[in-house]
Amino acid sequence: MELARIPVRRIALRLVEGIDSTLLVLILSLCMLGFAALFSASYDSPGRVLNQCVSLSIALTAMWLTAQMTPQTLMRFAVPAYVAGIVLLVLVALFGDVVNGARRWLNIGVARFQPSEMLKLAVPLMLAWYFHRREATLRLRDFALAGLLLGVPVGLILRQPDLGTASLVGAAGFYVIFFAGISWRVLGGLAGLFALALFPLWGMLHDYQRRRVLTLLDPTQDPLGAGYHIIQSTIAVGSGGISGKGWLNGTQAHLEFIPERHTDFIFAVYSEEFGLIGNLVLLVLYALLIGRGLVIAANAATLFARLMAGSVTLMFFTYAFVNMGMVSGILPVVGVPLPFLSYGGTALLTLFIGAGILMSVQRHRKLVQT
Amino acid sequence: MMGTAELRNSERELQRFQLRVGVAGIAMLVAFGILISRFVFLQVVQHDHYRSKAEDNRISIVPIPPNRGLVIDRNGVVVARNYSGYTLEIFPRRVKSVEATIDELSELIEVTPRDRARFKRLTVETRNPESLPIRTRLTDEEVAKFAANRFRYEGVEIKARLFRQYPFGDVGSHVIGYMGRINQADQSRLEEEGVDANYRGTDYIGKSGVEATYERELHGNTGFEQVEIDAAGRGIRTLSHTPAVSGHHVVLTLDMRLQRVAENAFGERRGALVALEPGTGAVLALVSKPGFDLNLFVDGIDPQAWTELNNSPDRPLNNRAIAGVYPPGSTFKPFMALAALELGKRRPNSTINDPGYFVFGDRRFRDSKPGGHGVVDLHKSIVVSSDVYYYMLANDMGIDAIAGFMKQLGLGQPTGIDLHGEAAGVLPSPEWKTKRFRRPEQQRWYPGETISIGIGQGYNAYTPIQLAQAMATVAANGAMYRPRVVGHIENPRTRGRRSFEPELTAQVPLKREYVEFVKRAMAGVNKEGTGARAFAKAEYTSGGKTGTAQVIAMKQNEKYDESKVAERHRDHSLFIAFAPLDNPIIAMVAIVENGGFGARAAAPISRTVLDYYLLGKLPPGLQEPTPEDEFEDDKESD
Repeated sequence: MELARIPVRRIALRLVEGIDSTLLVLILSLCMLGFAALFSASYDSPGRVLNQCVSLSIALTAMWLTAQMTPQTLMRFAVPAYVAGIVLLVLVALFGDVVNGARRWLNIGVARFQPSEMLKLAVPLMLAWYFHRREATLRLRDFALAGLLLGVPVGLILRQPDLGTASLVGAAGFYVIFFAGISWRVLGGLAGLFALALFPLWGMLHDYQRRRVLTLLDPTQDPLGAGYHIIQSTIAVGSGGISGKGWLNGTQAHLEFIPERHTDFIFAVYSEEFGLIGNLVLLVLYALLIGRGLVIAANAATLFARLMAGSVTLMFFTYAFVNMGMVSGILPVVGVPLPFLSYGGTALLTLFIGAGILMSVQRHRKLVQT
Repeated sequence: MMGTAELRNSERELQRFQLRVGVAGIAMLVAFGILISRFVFLQVVQHDHYRSKAEDNRISIVPIPPNRGLVIDRNGVVVARNYSGYTLEIFPRRVKSVEATIDELSELIEVTPRDRARFKRLTVETRNPESLPIRTRLTDEEVAKFAANRFRYEGVEIKARLFRQYPFGDVGSHVIGYMGRINQADQSRLEEEGVDANYRGTDYIGKSGVEATYERELHGNTGFEQVEIDAAGRGIRTLSHTPAVSGHHVVLTLDMRLQRVAENAFGERRGALVALEPGTGAVLALVSKPGFDLNLFVDGIDPQAWTELNNSPDRPLNNRAIAGVYPPGSTFKPFMALAALELGKRRPNSTINDPGYFVFGDRRFRDSKPGGHGVVDLHKSIVVSSDVYYYMLANDMGIDAIAGFMKQLGLGQPTGIDLHGEAAGVLPSPEWKTKRFRRPEQQRWYPGETISIGIGQGYNAYTPIQLAQAMATVAANGAMYRPRVVGHIENPRTRGRRSFEPELTAQVPLKREYVEFVKRAMAGVNKEGTGARAFAKAEYTSGGKTGTAQVIAMKQNEKYDESKVAERHRDHSLFIAFAPLDNPIIAMVAIVENGGFGARAAAPISRTVLDYYLLGKLPPGLQEPTPEDEFEDDKESD
């Protein structure tokens, strides 16, 4: 009896070792809310909930594995992951499958996957690695080079065309550059240039991307086409009121007015049924998650760890903000999932690996506060 | 010293980093603040508004597909129209088993195996269909029968739909083109063009011919209707209605009666015919035989008919007039003669002796007339179609000069006609050979190859539309126009017109006297030469040239014996013509596949076409359709 009990305890201890309980509790709470909304949205296809459970267990495992590694080990993945990502993007551009007019998918015989997804972590990893190596000798030139490292994958993804993923990858990389200490003056200059570049950029956009921006300004112009998403999701959010219509009682979702109601627009389903109170709960959970991430970043031991933790945290923030903004009609419709709530295994995997990175950084934080 | 400096430095770095973390935290709070205010605005301030909207959202938006524009020929004859018919539709998501439902239905209403096969095909083709027709064109009796028994069939409804109808069946099928169900590729293209919303509620799209090239104009704008629905999604009443805007009518340059005369002249033979208006490029007739009945496609073609059309050795779906490539044979000679005059390689009166063969190196090139034509000048060379004259001429000119001149006439390049699927053909030249072949010894141009180019054989391969365009260009003294099958687009409500002006693509610099010389020589063909029999007693002046194109190569001394050659290996029969001699109003080419000598098959067809176009003379056995009573009511159906 005695002999049998000891290994069990040790295994249990080993399992929770390196897992940040605050982060885990917050994330799992978000996932629970996601399941509630997903269940409601899936009245016609209950298999989705089960699928999401499977994805969640895979993602949790990935998070655990990532959390077991030291930041130094993670750093070793930077260059190979980045190079592989670029190569895959080039392969997509050459041989990718076209779905809905965009060349995003790579067919590897058994399945198709979107290489742009892995760049969401590979790009910040690469940039953080680069800045870490150049620590103490950082010059403006390094930032320019970092900008190039960021620009290549973003450009390739833009060409697919996939504005949503391109902006997310771009944002993730930008956060690293921001935390690495690019001067405010350069930042201001870049912002000005970007504003100027918007004009020619507008000309380069694909028709459907332009229409998305235009319909944001006036969704009623195209009630059958691009405006439909925004009109219907705003109605869902607004009609939820303060306390919501109650779980499983959302008419917008159940009468099939909300497109993509499992994935990018799940927030419309959630908000209709749980109302303003539900939204505030969600925002508080996100704020705590992001706050925790920023604290982890502030206490990180190395530059690489700091940059990674900061970038991943702000990535969570960007996803949440952009998704809720688009569903409530203040941001254009771009394909961004609501973190930890949207249906879909790939996004979940990326997010949980990100959480694993945060945990790894937290575990190997500075032991002595200065 | 170094150590402390570094330490202080990294401490400063850390402080800077933590400052930025703070900035990020504040940015997050601001952003979330914006979201909260948006939520408060939507869910508290505007709550009543959105609640009533959600209530209204028992309102669904139902698209109203527009009436498709008509296709009308140059004389106002309707060649594609719409009729409204009742269809019996199954809603796959609302029935338990589609098969069982069909079985039950067949007890009440006749469902043929063809209907079942077509339904199966539609199921496979259509992505996520709301409803699919199991029967089309229900009779009034069937409609009544089903209405009385409707309660027995959940998930089956009668719908009124518009169908395309082609009163002429297979006449002009390649120009008008057929309609087909919108498939995955069409859908992606529509999304790319950003017009997919306008196709909600539309099931069919133009797949070929004018139906495809002018799809945008013909389709019109989809309207929508707001319908209040109950929780099960069934419509209760209509709240608002934005009418659909009918598509525009497309008016062809084609003369449908001429087209019918031309197709009729082919009988069961395969081939192509193109008649153009010199000086405008308007296509008067464009024939590709065999054709196919366009009406087969309107309610979804059944798999058997589709397989037959696709696998037939006659390739009825191919538009031979623009996508078939043929060696021009002797119809090439007038263009060669013009080239010789323009480039100063021949004078009109320079003569040669035609002994019936031409020797080049150790090869002997035969004339089609054994023993030859004796003394031949340029005029006679066209009238009697002397091969030896053009063997020599080609040899004197060289391939580069020939290719350079023929390129000006548009040969070997797409004409840019407003129909999809045009082939480029082959204008042989050393450059072309280098591009076409891989191995160096194949890439070389041998001078011997130039010889047979002169009589329109060898690598020469052009589409009928190119030959017609070249003929029209010569007829118009060098003015080359882009061929068009559509003359203008008409808005059915405002009667407003958008015309396509004749588009001059090139003004080929030709000397007037040389053009006249060639035209006179071609007139000689029809008066006393190889076309004389076909054009005997014609009541108008015309120019022509026969051509016979080899399908298989003959050995040097082998004699072509038609009876010994398999039907598909017999020579193609060609004829190019224009009329009248002064100020021509029509230029044409006719090709009869495996029809033998040009004079025998293609020339009489051309005579029939010109007789009708210039004199209104119908060939025996063909009735003039009476447009007044047959077509008058068609326009109202729109």
